[in-house]
Amino acid sequence: MSVMIEMTGAEKTFTMHLQGGVRLPVVRGVTFQVKAGECVVLSGPSGAGKSSILKMIFGNYRCDGGRIGIRHEGAMIDIANAEPRDILSVRRATIGYVSQFLRAIPRVPTIDVVAEPLIVTGTSRADARQQAGHLLRRLNIPERLWALPPSTFSGGEQQRVNIARGFISDHPVLLLDEPTASLDAANREVVVDLIDEKKNAGVAIVAIVHDDEIRRWIADRVVDVTAFAAAA
Amino acid sequence: MVEMQRAAQCDQPLLVAEGLSKSYGRLAACRDVSFTLYPGEVLAIVGESGSGKTTLLQMLSAQLAPTAGRVSYRMRDGVLRDLSSLGEAERRFLFRTDWGYVHQDPAQGLRMAVSAGANVGERLMAVGWSHYGRIRDAASSWLERVEIDTARIDDAPRTYSGGMRQRLQIARNLVTEPRLVFMDEPTGGLDVSVQARLLDLMRNLVSELGLAAIVVTHDLAVARLLSHRVMVMKGGQVIETGLTDQVLDDPHEPYTQLLVSSILPP
Repeated sequence: MSVMIEMTGAEKTFTMHLQGGVRLPVVRGVTFQVKAGECVVLSGPSGAGKSSILKMIFGNYRCDGGRIGIRHEGAMIDIANAEPRDILSVRRATIGYVSQFLRAIPRVPTIDVVAEPLIVTGTSRADARQQAGHLLRRLNIPERLWALPPSTFSGGEQQRVNIARGFISDHPVLLLDEPTASLDAANREVVVDLIDEKKNAGVAIVAIVHDDEIRRWIADRVVDVTAFAAAA
Repeated sequence: MVEMQRAAQCDQPLLVAEGLSKSYGRLAACRDVSFTLYPGEVLAIVGESGSGKTTLLQMLSAQLAPTAGRVSYRMRDGVLRDLSSLGEAERRFLFRTDWGYVHQDPAQGLRMAVSAGANVGERLMAVGWSHYGRIRDAASSWLERVEIDTARIDDAPRTYSGGMRQRLQIARNLVTEPRLVFMDEPTGGLDVSVQARLLDLMRNLVSELGLAAIVVTHDLAVARLLSHRVMVMKGGQVIETGLTDQVLDDPHEPYTQLLVSSILPP
């Protein structure tokens, strides 16, 4: 299977100018690979830099050194040194990201929040909505809520909307930041099934999960982030 | 084939700014700004009052001559042209058809005493439309797109609320299918609820029409919702630039960190 993500010596430090220029090293020497169809789970205590690594792969956090190779449209592109428009193209076609919290857009109905990633890549609105409805139904979001913006939903409902939005595209790379944190047992199982389906379809996944049981179900490999601790 | 042509066009910049500067006597309002804008790309220019963002927007839209540097724009024939070298007819074509300009104050971008329909139709007449019925149909369909009740088509924008006026100004600008829209604080001065509706509308229109846009705003939430890329200005200079979520979530410059950390949680 081909390598989809190849991180080599990636590092990240925050410099807090408002706090007198305090330097906050997060991670250093981050090196691992993820192949198509494989799920790598990042482990380590809170604050070890797991979410930061996902954000670096997504291009949301800038990378201060090293390389973040992503197989995008048949060639490797280095996210650490890519132009903004290349990163946007990678996000449209290659990397899906389910963040911990849904960043709701005011006024946009749930069904459209979920359908949007398909619409921007050219699927018709009707088809995209149909697929969105299918996913929302699987994730037990009742149909009467679909026309409402998710900003008033419960934490668990918002997370399921976020998962639906992240899983709707056929992106070959998927980043999951605690996708099951506030879900009940039944919905956790749905998410595990969805992850399995993605793996079978050859999607490369990097996930953060705190639940040991779920980790055993989905992980092909565990990467211990404390090995990349930057704080000396 | 069409897809390939589209892709090829998207790889060519629509607008290129090189070393743009403007000084008033000893005061430098804008210093050495360079960037490239591609078709379909939305760029936000953020910074506080007096940072030079409006001066920059005026130079980019050929309303103010730069003291140094230049702006080039890819005309519809595919040729990149220096704006200062354009003839009067070409400039008119840009202002009337290929560009839109959304002012913060709708009264500046609308004719307040004539009907909403005429406000939208006027831009079509300027590009040679003459059939009254077709102009009225186009105006009416644009009012619908910006969520204005078509029963109000014969009313003058004087009688409209602030949010309706701003939506009408957007309809007037987009009716000629421009490729580039300049927006100067498009949500400034509106109630928060009205802002959200307008932002959502602009966001959809920009992505459906594949518009490129340059949006000046002091509101980082507007930049986050609308733009792909952001340029942060301070004292007439661009101090930080990059992907919008990257600059807002991982700001590097002291001033950008100050801006981001100054947002009040809702």
